[in-house]
Amino acid sequence: MKDRLIKIYHGFGLPRLIISVFLLALIIVAAGTDLSVPGLLSDSLVRIGQNGIYVLAMIPSIQAGAGLNFGLPVGVIAGMVGVLVSMENSLIGFGGFLVALLVAIPLGTIAGYLYSLLLNRVAGQEMMVGTYVGFSVVAGMCIFWLMAPFSNPALIWPVGGQGLRVTLTLADTFGGTLNNFLAFQIFGLTVPTGLLLFYALLAFLLWLFLRSKPGVAMEVVGRNPRFAVASGLNINSYRSVGIVLSTVLAAIGYVVYAQSFGFAQLYNGPLMTAFPAVAAVLIGGASTREAKVVNAIIGVILFQTLLTVAMPVTNQLVEGNISEIARVIVSNGMILYALTRVTGGEQA
Amino acid sequence: MSVPVLEMKAISKSFYGNQVLNNINLTVNKGEIHCLVGENGAGKSTLMNILFGMSVITDTGGYDGDILINGSSVAFNSPKAAIEAGIGMVHQEFMLLPGFTVTENIKLNREDTKPNVFSRVLGRKMETLNRKKMASDARNALDKLGMSIDEWVPVAGLPVGYLQFVEIAREIDKENLQLLVLDEPTAVLTESEAEQFLTVVQRLADSGISILFITHRLDEVMAVANQITILKDGELVRSGRTGEFTIAQMAELMVGRKVETSGRISSEKREKANTKVLEVRDLAVDMPGERLRGIDLDVYEGEILGIGGLAGHGKIALANGVMGLYTSRGQVRYQGIDVPLNNPREALNLGLAFVSEDRRGVGLVLEDSIANNIVLTSMQTQEKFLKPGPLKLKDQKQITAHALESIERFDIRCTGPEQIVRRLSGGNQQKVCIARAFTQNPKLLFVSEPTRGIDVGAKSRVLELIVELNRMGVTVVITSSELAELRSISDRIAIIYEGKLSGILAPDAPDVEYGLLMAGKSLEEVGIGERQTN
Repeated sequence: MKDRLIKIYHGFGLPRLIISVFLLALIIVAAGTDLSVPGLLSDSLVRIGQNGIYVLAMIPSIQAGAGLNFGLPVGVIAGMVGVLVSMENSLIGFGGFLVALLVAIPLGTIAGYLYSLLLNRVAGQEMMVGTYVGFSVVAGMCIFWLMAPFSNPALIWPVGGQGLRVTLTLADTFGGTLNNFLAFQIFGLTVPTGLLLFYALLAFLLWLFLRSKPGVAMEVVGRNPRFAVASGLNINSYRSVGIVLSTVLAAIGYVVYAQSFGFAQLYNGPLMTAFPAVAAVLIGGASTREAKVVNAIIGVILFQTLLTVAMPVTNQLVEGNISEIARVIVSNGMILYALTRVTGGEQA
Repeated sequence: MSVPVLEMKAISKSFYGNQVLNNINLTVNKGEIHCLVGENGAGKSTLMNILFGMSVITDTGGYDGDILINGSSVAFNSPKAAIEAGIGMVHQEFMLLPGFTVTENIKLNREDTKPNVFSRVLGRKMETLNRKKMASDARNALDKLGMSIDEWVPVAGLPVGYLQFVEIAREIDKENLQLLVLDEPTAVLTESEAEQFLTVVQRLADSGISILFITHRLDEVMAVANQITILKDGELVRSGRTGEFTIAQMAELMVGRKVETSGRISSEKREKANTKVLEVRDLAVDMPGERLRGIDLDVYEGEILGIGGLAGHGKIALANGVMGLYTSRGQVRYQGIDVPLNNPREALNLGLAFVSEDRRGVGLVLEDSIANNIVLTSMQTQEKFLKPGPLKLKDQKQITAHALESIERFDIRCTGPEQIVRRLSGGNQQKVCIARAFTQNPKLLFVSEPTRGIDVGAKSRVLELIVELNRMGVTVVITSSELAELRSISDRIAIIYEGKLSGILAPDAPDVEYGLLMAGKSLEEVGIGERQTN
């Protein structure tokens, strides 16, 4: 029994234990104030499902040896175009959601492939290059949003009639479609069943892929390229597989995020998408060289719950509205912590 | 007798309750070469780490016992303190900056400087390097070692053998050097380099520097040591003058069982098959440092063909070229089929397997488990260990079963199939490599430097394994820098000189013939008729 507990503890890791304890303490404090604990937890569930796929997207690129995918916006933009195409045609409900995915996935594949061609040329510096690719793509797309041939009045600026708006609402199309699917209430807690199921499905598919022959090959390429060559594997093509997969997951992630959030934020909206996802997967126990699906799941649960719960609690405890400051400190502090712990679960 | 340079008294050390050194006594006198021998894991490295005040020791609760330098008790809490006390160390892994020149490496952090305008104002940190003085010091140190290399060439690109000398030059350039610790310095050297190395060590000792020499090669010990200490499992087995031991005795004390040091493992003379399995024609391989410049060679079915030669002459490139790992030209036919060059996939598909000389770089995925390392290549090239179905999921059950079987068959010492390969000793890592190649079910197996950097006990086991595989019908081409090893298992031995085939000898051919071929002389040239080997 004791041995098993020790084994579980080692598997979970001290950082995650500390964060969990801290989280529990926060929730207890929250219960002592006039905050609604079920409400906070409901928000957490939504944010977990909403951000979970971005965190999953980190795994294929880490496993393929390209490190954390800081170029996540490349995929996010593909997802954005998918959402816009669906909205342009005023598709509502599941139809709208599916069309958005159907557009986003092929676009994500193409964008991811091109991105992988670049990363294969800068092997060893993927994370640095990826960060700037992400920034540049967002900036470049700002021009596209202004010139894009969309004509639905709900999307474009009301006056002048050219260019997309900064913030679009999905309330009239497919906002909340997934969240409300089979949603139910229990102890005052709203469970976004569809959202969580969709996330679980993707996590399962990714897990399956990592156990398949190409998944194993990708991992070998990431861990020791020279061994991979000697085993007859083509390094660049498996790295591309990982990066494309990561980008496609980001594209799907955006469609899910937008329907859950209820708004699509264009222009500089996706600039920072990679950072919380990076922080979450590292907190979950991954390193820049090794990541499992379970790291992504634990990471997104801890990170998003902490963000959701910590903010209102600090606001309650400290006079005045410091919510924004607290959010920045907490989330960047966690990224900083996580990046200093790049060795991952075992040594962290 | 004068006071010994180094005395270690009753040294004990345990890591987390695990006793790794128990009551070790060691004395090194001035100008003496003291050899420390023992298998991997015997505690040699720990003892040296203690001597050097490495943080692995201090962070884990220090050690018990006393260290005396020139008769006064010391306790180093950092390598810097040890260096200041006149102890130098040459590590097994090279600690050199590749982009820097030989001089810069020798003088690193001990540069000679001269004042300039800025330094007078801003202090010593701003002084200019006295390159002339540095170069002459470096030259001096290199000359002491009998090294002809220029002191201004960058270290990157120097042959491995030279790097070792540069490291030693760095140590002897320190003026207060009293004791030089050499940690398996000859492991990466070829026989001739090692010989030169030993002469240098002898010369250093004659000049009054004491030397603590850690090695696996027992004949080296016999050649240079004044005093020998044998460790086994953290205990001092025996210590004494060199004359008190024979090689066989040392090997026996070291591993605690009888070991044949040379002597043929496969003794029976076998009928040679006439079928050619592999025909190599005019193969040139562009492998940096080991270039092969066009070689013709036939490999016969069922034989063990040894490939020998000095380092840098291209013997290693043969297997790498055939397997497609380095750019090559020429023609290779396997069982009558052309092997496409520069394409590892095709070579593997044809049933060739390769155990690389670069075990940690090419041969293994260090961070992965034993089980995965064994099955990876077969899974990717032969679709083995996959569950039926379009998803091609890996079959963990089958993988574990196969790994357990391999661990048993190849005698891999580990905690289980899920152990990470990095944590295994060199010998066991090598067994994993061989198990991986065997799992591919090859008809023709290339093995390069199978015993490099592994201890005596594991060495003979690895060689036995290769012979066993051969008896099961696998044709083996083994490349090795250790001639004795090739002669102990091969049926024929091809010697490569300057990228060309110098000749093929029988394993029992006299030493002189091997020597001549390795030196690039053909046998006819010196009047020895070629022996009937084909």
